[in-house]
Amino acid sequence: MTQDWVLILGANSDMATATARRFAQAGYNIQLASRNTEELIKEAENLNVKYGVEVRTFFFDALDFDSHAAFYANLNAKPSGVIVAFGLLGDQQAAQHDFTIAKSIIDTNYSGAVSILEIIAEDFERRRWGFIVGISSVAGDRGRKSNYLYGSAKAGFSAYLSGLRHRLFATGVSVLTVKPGFVATKMTAGLDLPEKLTATPQEVAEKIFAGVKKKKNTLYVKPVWRLIMTIIIHLPECIFKRTKL
Amino acid sequence: MKFSAWGRYPVIEANPVHFQNIDTLAHSIQDRQNLIPYGNGRSYGDSALATQYAPQRSRDRMMAFDESSGRLTCEAGVLLSEIIATFLPRGWFLKITPGTKLITIGGAIASDVHGKNHHVEGCFSECVEEMRVLQPNGEILVCAKGDELFHATCGGMGLTGVILDARISLKKVTSKNINQTTIKTKNLRETFEAFEEYSHMPYSVAWIDCLATGNNIGKCLLMVGDFADDMHLDYKEKKRLTIPCNFPSFALNNLSVKAFNWLYYKKAPAGVSHQKVDIDTFFYPLDAINNWNRIYGKNGFTQYQFILPKEVSFQGLNEILGTIAQSGKGSFLAVLKLYGKANQNYLSFPMEGYSLALDFKIEKGLFKLLDHLDQIVLRYGGRIYLAKDVRVSKETFEQGYSHIEEFRTFRKKMGLDTKFNSLQSKRLSL
Repeated sequence: MTQDWVLILGANSDMATATARRFAQAGYNIQLASRNTEELIKEAENLNVKYGVEVRTFFFDALDFDSHAAFYANLNAKPSGVIVAFGLLGDQQAAQHDFTIAKSIIDTNYSGAVSILEIIAEDFERRRWGFIVGISSVAGDRGRKSNYLYGSAKAGFSAYLSGLRHRLFATGVSVLTVKPGFVATKMTAGLDLPEKLTATPQEVAEKIFAGVKKKKNTLYVKPVWRLIMTIIIHLPECIFKRTKL
Repeated sequence: MKFSAWGRYPVIEANPVHFQNIDTLAHSIQDRQNLIPYGNGRSYGDSALATQYAPQRSRDRMMAFDESSGRLTCEAGVLLSEIIATFLPRGWFLKITPGTKLITIGGAIASDVHGKNHHVEGCFSECVEEMRVLQPNGEILVCAKGDELFHATCGGMGLTGVILDARISLKKVTSKNINQTTIKTKNLRETFEAFEEYSHMPYSVAWIDCLATGNNIGKCLLMVGDFADDMHLDYKEKKRLTIPCNFPSFALNNLSVKAFNWLYYKKAPAGVSHQKVDIDTFFYPLDAINNWNRIYGKNGFTQYQFILPKEVSFQGLNEILGTIAQSGKGSFLAVLKLYGKANQNYLSFPMEGYSLALDFKIEKGLFKLLDHLDQIVLRYGGRIYLAKDVRVSKETFEQGYSHIEEFRTFRKKMGLDTKFNSLQSKRLSL
């Protein structure tokens, strides 16, 4: 058991829940933050009953940029590490016609993450320790017609994390970029995902935990995704633009 | 989507009904007919099979635990294995556990499962103090022992609404280990004598060699035990082996089963011996292997489990074991157990007596044999277990369960009969 806290932003997703459980299992106290605090309280009870750790819940809205500084200042304790798990897949088709939808995809996946992480990074940089985990996406590795609004926001997020890692390296603060690939969650329930390419939230959590401990830089949850994305990235544009991906 | 239960027979086309929370679940139920809640898919037959099923496993949060009384409140999708991993290190264990820990609390209640200690502690419902059940109209009802909803829901095969969460009582234990005594018997008479001799032991179960014939019919290894008092509570779940693919269906045949049984029986010392084993070895030997159901090949298998009243158990089992040995259909696993008194639940399986559970791979001629066994079971006043069943006829089923009409009337009264149905409930008009 440690006195360390881990802050989970966007804590209601299946991946976030599984990750919170993994860190709680290792003895970390947990700060859960999201817009739906009612659900958070239930998970807080679960973490407390199951792992005997302390858990606090906080209201956090990724899109309310102005609130982020106060949110971080008001935490009960400064966390050892933070996991950015919020994100919005959104409806690509609808977003093509309606910029407000496109904007919410961009703001949730990119601007919101940048806004809160700049505040946290400054604190971690000053004290010279801690870890930052960003759940990005393989969709950010190359834009494609079926989800390029989400993909481009995640591409931005991946590039942001890469730069942040570069900046913080000298201070000993680690930054981990996670690219989960397909994950069987409430969000993807009902989709017919290929079994071999699909991870469970628990697998994602296990990889994140191990990645943090080993101070990894970027990880694909299923290693096969690294191969798939390498191929997709290197397809010549003249071929790529003719595919149906 | 292809869908089947633990026996992998039958395989049907089915669609999951997903939901984010209880409100959306309630809405999905209001919009639909004939769906069945689905836990971890460990019932053998068709009791959780329907073209529409509502997966409950993701509702897996623990809600409260009282360290002084051992009372745990949790959502219905929590697995027994999660409860053990969480609370055994703190000195608590399930009061009642079946032979697998990979089932949900909801499933344990819906099948009113029992374990090696039924003759002492009864069914799973004995440890359930209270539960909440979602009804067709979206209402959430709280029930406890004495309420009709409680007695219909425990053993009610998910046909009385969706079990949302429950408060159960755990029991204090002093070890993760069991002091086990193994008694090797030579025939059914000796087996029964051993069961009676050790009936004061809280846990007992016998493995029967059902290919034995003549004077050896009913020879067994009886394993009895209780928790050790060594205060070793440093429990960790072991890694499980996985069977990566289906065995060819000829892999389990008369000869290979005979060889297995011979080896298994042979390796135990003659007479009475003592061992110290951990809870996983004692309670959950098969859980050590993921997908062990694949050894029966792609056609799947079924478990035939029946119970006979105590006074006729010896005679009845003699006749049934003789019939099975004659048929030459090998059962890899045959488990004999002693039971205490029946409870008040409408469809709970146990009654005071002995039950035998037999695994058979699905093959030509099997159902004919089982129909024949049904007749013997009925003649002795016994019944068969719904959580394992995939083929029993309505007529046979009804004769074994005297409260079936009360169950049907309750389902009608609450508007459950059109809302919740499985292939099994349709077949048996539950």
